[in-house]
Amino acid sequence: MRYESPDTLEAAAKMLAAESGDARVLAGGTDLLVQIRSEILSPSLVVDIKKITETRTISEEKGGFRIGAAVAGAELKEHARLKKVWPGLVEAANLIGSTQVQGRCSLGGNLCNGSPAADSVPALIAAGAVVSIVGPNGRREMKVEDVMLAPRKLALTKGEIIASFFLPARPAHASDAYLRFIPRTEMDIAVVGCAVSLVLDASGTCTAARVGLGAVAARPLLVEDAGKALVGTKVDEAALEKAAAAARAACKPIDDKRGTIEFRTDVAGVLTKRTALIALERARKA
Amino acid sequence: MKHHVTTMVNGDEVEFLCSTEQTLLDCLRDELDLTGAKEGCGSGDCGACSVLVDGRLVCSCLVLGVEVSGKKIETIEGMAKGDELHPLQRKFLEHAALQCGICTPGVLVAAKSLLEKNPDPTETEVRYWLAGNLCRCTGYDKIIRAVMDAAAEMRGA
Amino acid sequence: MQERVKGPQFDIVGTRPVRPDGADKVTGRAKYGADHRVAGQLVGKVLRSPYAHARIRSIDVSAAAKLPGVKAIVTREDFKDQPSEFVPAGEMLVNYRDVVRNVMAHEKVLFEGHPVAAVAATSESIARAALKLIKVDYEVLPHVIDVVEAMKPDAPVVDETIFTAGVTPPPTKPSNVAKRVEFVLGDIEKGFKEADLVIEREFNTQPVHQGYIEPHACIATVSEDGTAELWTTTQGHWVARAHCARLLGWDITKLRVTSSEIGGGFGGKTVVYLEPVALALSAKTHRPVKMVMSREEVFKASGPTSGANVWVKMGVKKDGTITAGEAVLKYQAGCFQGSPVQPGCMCAFAPYDLANVKVVGFDVLSNRPKVAAYRAPGGPISEYAVESVVDEIAEKLGMCPIELRLKNAAKEGTKAAYGPKFGPIGMVECLEAAKSSPHWNGPLGKNQGRGIAAGFWFNIGGETTVNLQLNEDGTVTLMAGTPDIGGLRASLAMMAAEELKIPYEKVRPIIGDTATLGYNFVTGGSRSTFSSGLATVEAARSIIKQACGRAAKLWEIPEDAVTWEDGEIRPAGDNAGKFKAMKLADIAKVAGKTGGALVGVGAISAQGAAPSFGVHIADTEVDPDTGKLTVTRYTVIQDAGIAIHPSYVEGQFQGGAAQGIGWALNEEYIYDDKGRLQNAGFLDYRIPVASDLPMIETIIVEVPNPRHPYGVRGIGETAIVPPMAAVNASARRATGVRMFELPLSPPKVLKAMKGKSA
Repeated sequence: MRYESPDTLEAAAKMLAAESGDARVLAGGTDLLVQIRSEILSPSLVVDIKKITETRTISEEKGGFRIGAAVAGAELKEHARLKKVWPGLVEAANLIGSTQVQGRCSLGGNLCNGSPAADSVPALIAAGAVVSIVGPNGRREMKVEDVMLAPRKLALTKGEIIASFFLPARPAHASDAYLRFIPRTEMDIAVVGCAVSLVLDASGTCTAARVGLGAVAARPLLVEDAGKALVGTKVDEAALEKAAAAARAACKPIDDKRGTIEFRTDVAGVLTKRTALIALERARKA
Repeated sequence: MKHHVTTMVNGDEVEFLCSTEQTLLDCLRDELDLTGAKEGCGSGDCGACSVLVDGRLVCSCLVLGVEVSGKKIETIEGMAKGDELHPLQRKFLEHAALQCGICTPGVLVAAKSLLEKNPDPTETEVRYWLAGNLCRCTGYDKIIRAVMDAAAEMRGA
Repeated sequence: MQERVKGPQFDIVGTRPVRPDGADKVTGRAKYGADHRVAGQLVGKVLRSPYAHARIRSIDVSAAAKLPGVKAIVTREDFKDQPSEFVPAGEMLVNYRDVVRNVMAHEKVLFEGHPVAAVAATSESIARAALKLIKVDYEVLPHVIDVVEAMKPDAPVVDETIFTAGVTPPPTKPSNVAKRVEFVLGDIEKGFKEADLVIEREFNTQPVHQGYIEPHACIATVSEDGTAELWTTTQGHWVARAHCARLLGWDITKLRVTSSEIGGGFGGKTVVYLEPVALALSAKTHRPVKMVMSREEVFKASGPTSGANVWVKMGVKKDGTITAGEAVLKYQAGCFQGSPVQPGCMCAFAPYDLANVKVVGFDVLSNRPKVAAYRAPGGPISEYAVESVVDEIAEKLGMCPIELRLKNAAKEGTKAAYGPKFGPIGMVECLEAAKSSPHWNGPLGKNQGRGIAAGFWFNIGGETTVNLQLNEDGTVTLMAGTPDIGGLRASLAMMAAEELKIPYEKVRPIIGDTATLGYNFVTGGSRSTFSSGLATVEAARSIIKQACGRAAKLWEIPEDAVTWEDGEIRPAGDNAGKFKAMKLADIAKVAGKTGGALVGVGAISAQGAAPSFGVHIADTEVDPDTGKLTVTRYTVIQDAGIAIHPSYVEGQFQGGAAQGIGWALNEEYIYDDKGRLQNAGFLDYRIPVASDLPMIETIIVEVPNPRHPYGVRGIGETAIVPPMAAVNASARRATGVRMFELPLSPPKVLKAMKGKSA
């Protein structure tokens, strides 16, 4: 296994594209190294993208934020502005693994690992994040919800790297939240994850809402019907119930060691309501 | 092909050769004979291999050795200064906060990193910060007490 | 809150000094199993079965052997068969026919992860590559995982040599039921006739792993002359030596075993897995071979404890008198016979003074790793079921669960169903302490419930040797042979210092290897502080006797004219003569001139072990929408006899409680339909993390064991017995439903709660 650490995206993309064997991008490595060790993956090349400025930077752009794909969870938490504007996204990212894992794990890695249960992905979906992808043929953009196709399967072509995420500008009275269900308090993979992003008008009526769900289908979902159920309402009990029903209806989970179909579907509804209420409370104050 | 890595470990410049597959934990233990960091799982789930890289708490089993070139590593072996145990180390002994002791180096490194960022943590904050450091012997009670007590002493409270 | 019911009665015993091995353990200096390295060492790796049950048609190692860097390969050919007979190995019986097959599969692989071959190579990557080159031809067989399924007549038979023992007439066909055991006291039918209320319930529990953070690890070096050194993380290096020598056909004296610092065992490091393999590999190369299990290997191929199916029936009068207790226990043994069903039977009703008891146990094979001891092996399962029924009785009678237990509590003179009469025991004292505890009388919040449960576990003695050397300057070196997992060296140094009337700091305790000390059985059965403590006291008293003899020699008076008082050697009264009293240090200085070094040996088979009873109080809170239970408050009350070092006694209470809480809420082995373990890692085998638990309050009750000079009872294991029933009882009150299955994981709890409201 070879190791390269180029300092430009173009060089990284070229190396990845040129590799005849399996080539992998190394950001935080908190999933990749585990998979290499357990021989799930045996790449011939790993390309460390942490020496590339764009992947390691959080910057404000067009009133929104651009977050490098390899920025660590702990660094997101320490960015006061980001945390204020996108508290739900930051808390979702901060739920990935332990304090130690937070020192390394990244949004890019969490997405590209291709797990339906990734904590930050529903939050990125709810946020309407757009990924910037650099490949051997240049740069392109994609909605975050379109990146993952199925477990371990991405809509990226050979040599393509997720360089950064763009989070759009936020109007007043907008906020987000993320909750997940796990059997313990920490250190588990989400059994269900739910993110809600809300925009309110001055009267407190919801004008836009996006709901992302994780671990309830083959990939993280944007549940448009759940968002629609909240728009035009004061996010009252009736609207919440409708959103929860939409969330449950969107679930296509599996029975596995982490939860049952019935449980996941139930809890998706419970979390949708709870998460929306937190987002609502935050949006009122934002 | 092996990588030639130069790095600072506990304030000393060291060099080692490693293959790409070797983690920082492998390098510390097998190349530098620093066996204080332990491998409990190799997957970032137990925290026994906790070290600081450029001041950031990480599982050394989830870092490649080749990645730490030019960085600063702090391990349990660098925690005591001369004859003086770090207050956390002393409090762990006074509170009997270890039984078998295999998790202790990782817990101490993690707790030190917490107190550097937050000198006055609540019990809940200590518990969540240390959630990635598994201990099977103590039920965590005495660990939490020792960390809180060390924090108080270090604050001069 | 941490409290002791009685205070210390000694100068040193009962205080809380810093442990002698502490500094090394907080600085990273202490050497555990994987921390040792020998020049020229090879890396050993095990090839393991991907199947739950398969016949091995052939193993072809030729390609692997040709790989450069591969130095040795072993398979079943290198581990010759052993006769099927049970031989005593301390408290347990061991059948070397099974031990050898567990170390390396012979005719069949019996569980996913079963060792099939092992390689020693110059590097980890070469060893891994070599494993891939070994061709094993398997004939995959039907497998069975569930204990009830395994007992059915048409179940796949795991071991064709097993014919159920303990039944008449003896069966003519092999089955997965290795053994039936029965314990009877009084007349169970009469007991049920006297009852006003009879409750009958069936429970299921899952296997749980000891979960020690340190994986198994060892280094073996075999010399050209056949002598060998083994460094290993073990709870008993003499036992490891015996097993290895037997499997390899060596003289015991050829093998010297050193126990490393041990990173947790909880019973799981009383057996050998890697050690005979590393020795066999080294014997082929005469190079040191180091082997370390991965966490996945630990989960897949080292012993969990049994999962079980338990049926309990109890009868009680309106006034709370329990008239009869009956239970049927079906315990998983894993792929070889030997589940802890017998102790499970013995413990089931032990906390109570009952006239009529019948307990039947079955030891059942399935295609799982062979179970290993886990803290109070067998006890937690049967007592979870019985205590859950006791809780239901209290509820149905409208009685306080403590009062119900007090009414029936075992006390001094109670005849246990498994035979003996109890001496002084602390069950009543624990219940009384629970009743008056702040926790029992404290408030509860919304969605919270409180439960209580009792527990019992034995304590064993066994072969034990301790050496004490009086050094030239009057300090003492103490060498024990029971590996120190949780503060033993501190407790032994304290007892030695107390006996010798010297400061604790003047005693340096170490753990000796098998060549430097007489035989020691394992650290297990809650025995090490008790047994090595007894041997320490005996060795110390021998030192004192010898010192008195030396003084007699110096003073030229008869030995019986010398006494030991207040830490001094004095002439016994004025008639003995006028001599200046001497301290041990004075004798030490002149040891060379008076007969040589003073060495005290305590080599005993420790007798007088006394059981420990405990009572736990648990508060849990349920999230009614998700079924998630959180333990919000927890108290352990347990009889320690006398707490030598109260901090480490509390530590045992807290650690046992935490393991039990994990067992109750989340821990389990999850298999797929092919018999493959789905959660072989700390990610999905969910042991409690720091943020899952509250502070664990402790109350040390002290009813001294009259047969130990410092009143010690074994206390290490009892604390894992009550938690499952205590949590279950609290969950009953928090959720409004009573549950009969562990773990109480959220999907199950939510389903049960929905069932209630439907």
